[in-house]
Amino acid sequence: MADLETFRSETRDWLEANCPPEMRAPVRDERDVYWGGRNASFKNDAQKAWFEACRDKGYTVPAWPKEYGGAGLSPAEAKVLREEMGAIGARPPLSSFGIWMLGPALLKFGTEEQKVHYLGQIARGEIRWCQGYSEPGSGSDLVSLQTFGEDAGDHWVVNGQKVWTSYADQADWIFCLVRTDKSDKYQGITFMLFDMESDGISTKPILLISGNSPFCETFFDDVKVPKGQFVGEVNRGWDVAKYLLGHEREMISGADGGDRTSAIGAAMARHSNEHAGELDPLLRAELAMFDVDALAYACMGEKFLDEIKVGKAHPAQPNTMKYAGTELNKRRHELMMATGGSRSLEWDSKDTDGGTPARSWLRTKANSIEGGTSEIMLNVISKRILELPGA
Amino acid sequence: MPLYHDDDQAMLADTARQFMAEEGSIAKQLRHWRDRDCKDGFGHGLWEQFAEMGFTGMLVGEDDGGLGMGHVEAGIVLEEIGRNLTPSPFLSSSVLAATALAGGDKAAREKWLPGLISGEHVYTVAIDEGAKHRPQRIAARAEKSGNGFKLSGKKDFVIHGASADMMIVAARTSGDDDDEDGITLFAVPKDAANMSHDSVRLVDSSMATHTIFDGVELDGDAVIGDVDGGRALLDRMLDAGRLGAAAEGVGVAGGAMDMTVDYLKQRKQFGKVIGEFQALQHRAAHLYSEVEIARAAVIKAQQLMDAGSEKASLMASVAKAKVSKTAGLAVREGVQMHGGIGMTDEYDIGLYMKRDRALAEFLGDANYHADRVASLSGY
Ligand SMILES: Cc1cc2nc3c(=O)[nH]c(=O)nc-3n(C[C@H](O)[C@H](O)[C@H](O)COP(=O)(O)OP(=O)(O)OC[C@H]3O[C@@H](n4cnc5c(N)ncnc54)[C@H](O)[C@@H]3O)c2cc1C
Ligand SMILES: Cc1cc2nc3c(=O)[nH]c(=O)nc-3n(C[C@H](O)[C@H](O)[C@H](O)COP(=O)(O)OP(=O)(O)OC[C@H]3O[C@@H](n4cnc5c(N)ncnc54)[C@H](O)[C@@H]3O)c2cc1C
Repeated sequence: MADLETFRSETRDWLEANCPPEMRAPVRDERDVYWGGRNASFKNDAQKAWFEACRDKGYTVPAWPKEYGGAGLSPAEAKVLREEMGAIGARPPLSSFGIWMLGPALLKFGTEEQKVHYLGQIARGEIRWCQGYSEPGSGSDLVSLQTFGEDAGDHWVVNGQKVWTSYADQADWIFCLVRTDKSDKYQGITFMLFDMESDGISTKPILLISGNSPFCETFFDDVKVPKGQFVGEVNRGWDVAKYLLGHEREMISGADGGDRTSAIGAAMARHSNEHAGELDPLLRAELAMFDVDALAYACMGEKFLDEIKVGKAHPAQPNTMKYAGTELNKRRHELMMATGGSRSLEWDSKDTDGGTPARSWLRTKANSIEGGTSEIMLNVISKRILELPGA
Repeated sequence: MPLYHDDDQAMLADTARQFMAEEGSIAKQLRHWRDRDCKDGFGHGLWEQFAEMGFTGMLVGEDDGGLGMGHVEAGIVLEEIGRNLTPSPFLSSSVLAATALAGGDKAAREKWLPGLISGEHVYTVAIDEGAKHRPQRIAARAEKSGNGFKLSGKKDFVIHGASADMMIVAARTSGDDDDEDGITLFAVPKDAANMSHDSVRLVDSSMATHTIFDGVELDGDAVIGDVDGGRALLDRMLDAGRLGAAAEGVGVAGGAMDMTVDYLKQRKQFGKVIGEFQALQHRAAHLYSEVEIARAAVIKAQQLMDAGSEKASLMASVAKAKVSKTAGLAVREGVQMHGGIGMTDEYDIGLYMKRDRALAEFLGDANYHADRVASLSGY
């Protein structure tokens, strides 16, 4: 315990010295996020300084072992770091599908060589990854995917199409589910890693209702993928895929384990009073009930992470977090729109920083779709946790 | 502190679960006493067993002869009470009254606590003065009289009011009805003159009273805590009770949910067990996640309360509101998914619905506590 307290005060000092004031403000949206990668550029000096300080300390991936670019923190220390960063409102230094999704899968299924090579690059923000799971005919029913990798000796030749590939046009590499055996639905998928600059890959952006275009259709036309570039075993990529989805769901659910015991309705109420006039009592009641749900949900996030550490959590519990967390986040943004009144409708004004409330509101609708829909979460909970019968 | 039970607490939970499932079961307690039209609404034999198990004095400090445990531990017992719908004075006596008495001076503690710990006596509290919980407003008055007080007024929704050996009454010793200050807590013994009860059986078969104080004469040593300065102690007692009600509510929700999920796995219609229908699966899964969230809120609030955190009141209200909503959902879905059989007295699911309604109302419903969350958060 004393050690943890020392760690806490050292962390506090380090953050004080290294986290620039500009990086202690809430992330407005994707404009404020640093994703790393070959073509990355920093929005400003503060973002660069903050990223580099964290990278050098291993704080882009604090809980990963040191030899793979992390800081080797214990779960308790990682929690302290999260809490201390939360206390000053520090932005994440690096956002990355490599950190949230591929990294954990590599830590579990990768070879030593893959770990040293890829994890280090992820930790240092050198390679930006995208996720090639969904296909036009395979969304919720992911295992029906058709993109095919044909054995050509020392490489596969991949043909097919992916869809909803977030940031495919900006990513350097893709982790991808490819069918390598047509005779077995589950045991005929291989989890491949390959360079987006390979010949035969093209991407086409898809515009979202938020007016932004963070994702693409991705086409593979006779793409050569060297045989060594797979994770786990050939034809057993579904195991890796499922494991990774668990992490993706946790990430989307926003379970950060922080001790969130403050209501957020107060900020929305203030906002309403400033811009839309005095808060009406029914809206106040909705905010209050939202706070009840949000504060209680934060407790579940904390409990879940505490239980994971000691192996007490049900393995399907991330589905509960994802379901409840994303539905709650949508409700939160509905309320933010309502408290903002007509001001929150503005799509391009300086006042709203380019329509941030409206665009964020629209973006959150994807929370209960991406990474598996709410309906799929409920299916998993009823089958794996409640053990209800049926297909 | 991690948000799960430590080893000692997990052991207590096992013990409590087994004990309550055997001795506190619906068949042995709730139905048994209800069908005999028991005037106390609970079984004294079971209460003696509670004392033997050490439950009665859990929240009483060790210096006063209790076990000196915390709200997490009391909550463990309450959750099992909730799961089995066990009628007992645990919440009113061992949680509410015990918390109030802990704020009394040595003489008061010596006078009242031994009987509570031994299980010989049960106590209750008299707070509400209307059909809705509104402790901000207290109109019952205690006027100075000699070296004591004369208490007048009316209290409603006094659980076990007629059978309790002593009730702790919140009354006004100065100021106006809506004033923060001027509140004093009094210990009023069962045999006090000029006190009368109008006893009623509630929907969940428990017994409560409308109690009238018509110039009840009390000695100076009936005061628990400070004269005129009782609001803080009252709030502490109420928060302890709300947390207790929340813990019991999680048990009610969990019990109703388990019964329902079991039923979904057994009942066949259209040639399938009805648990195969996705329309029902999704509702069951949604209910499950709500129960998990409520459970987490309760243990968080209990830990904050035990740690003396300034956030404890806020989280007690979060827990009470969340549990009220969740248990309400659990019993409504439970009755509905049982189909026609859920409407019968013979099946237990309806008993959960009744208990939930009473618990939801006790010490503030979901709206009351959501409003308090907003106020405590500054909006
Ligand atoms: C913002 C965003 C980012 C994304 N990023 C990526 C990415 O980077 N990489 C990637 O591979 N994919 C990505 N996706 C795709 C995402 O994983 C899929 O959209 C998702 O899995 C749902 O598939 P679908 O869109 O084909 O919907 P469908 O599967 O066609 O579902 C349509 C509706 O039917 C319901 N439904 C389907 N099956 C069932 C069932 N069995 N029971 C009950 N209801 C059912 C669904 O819940 C949904 O409401 C992203 C999606 C979004 C919105
Ligand atoms: C007060 C009362 C009065 C009644 N009076 C009469 C009367 O006068 N005459 C008479 O003949 N009957 C009467 N009934 C019976 C009534 O019609 C049945 O209770 C009703 O049809 C439901 O059947 P069940 O109770 O067997 O429930 P079940 O069919 O077992 O249903 C249990 C649960 O499963 C759900 N469920 C069942 N199948 C599906 C499915 N395919 N998809 C999704 N969900 C499903 C149901 O909606 C329900 O929630 C009465 C019932 C009550 C409660």
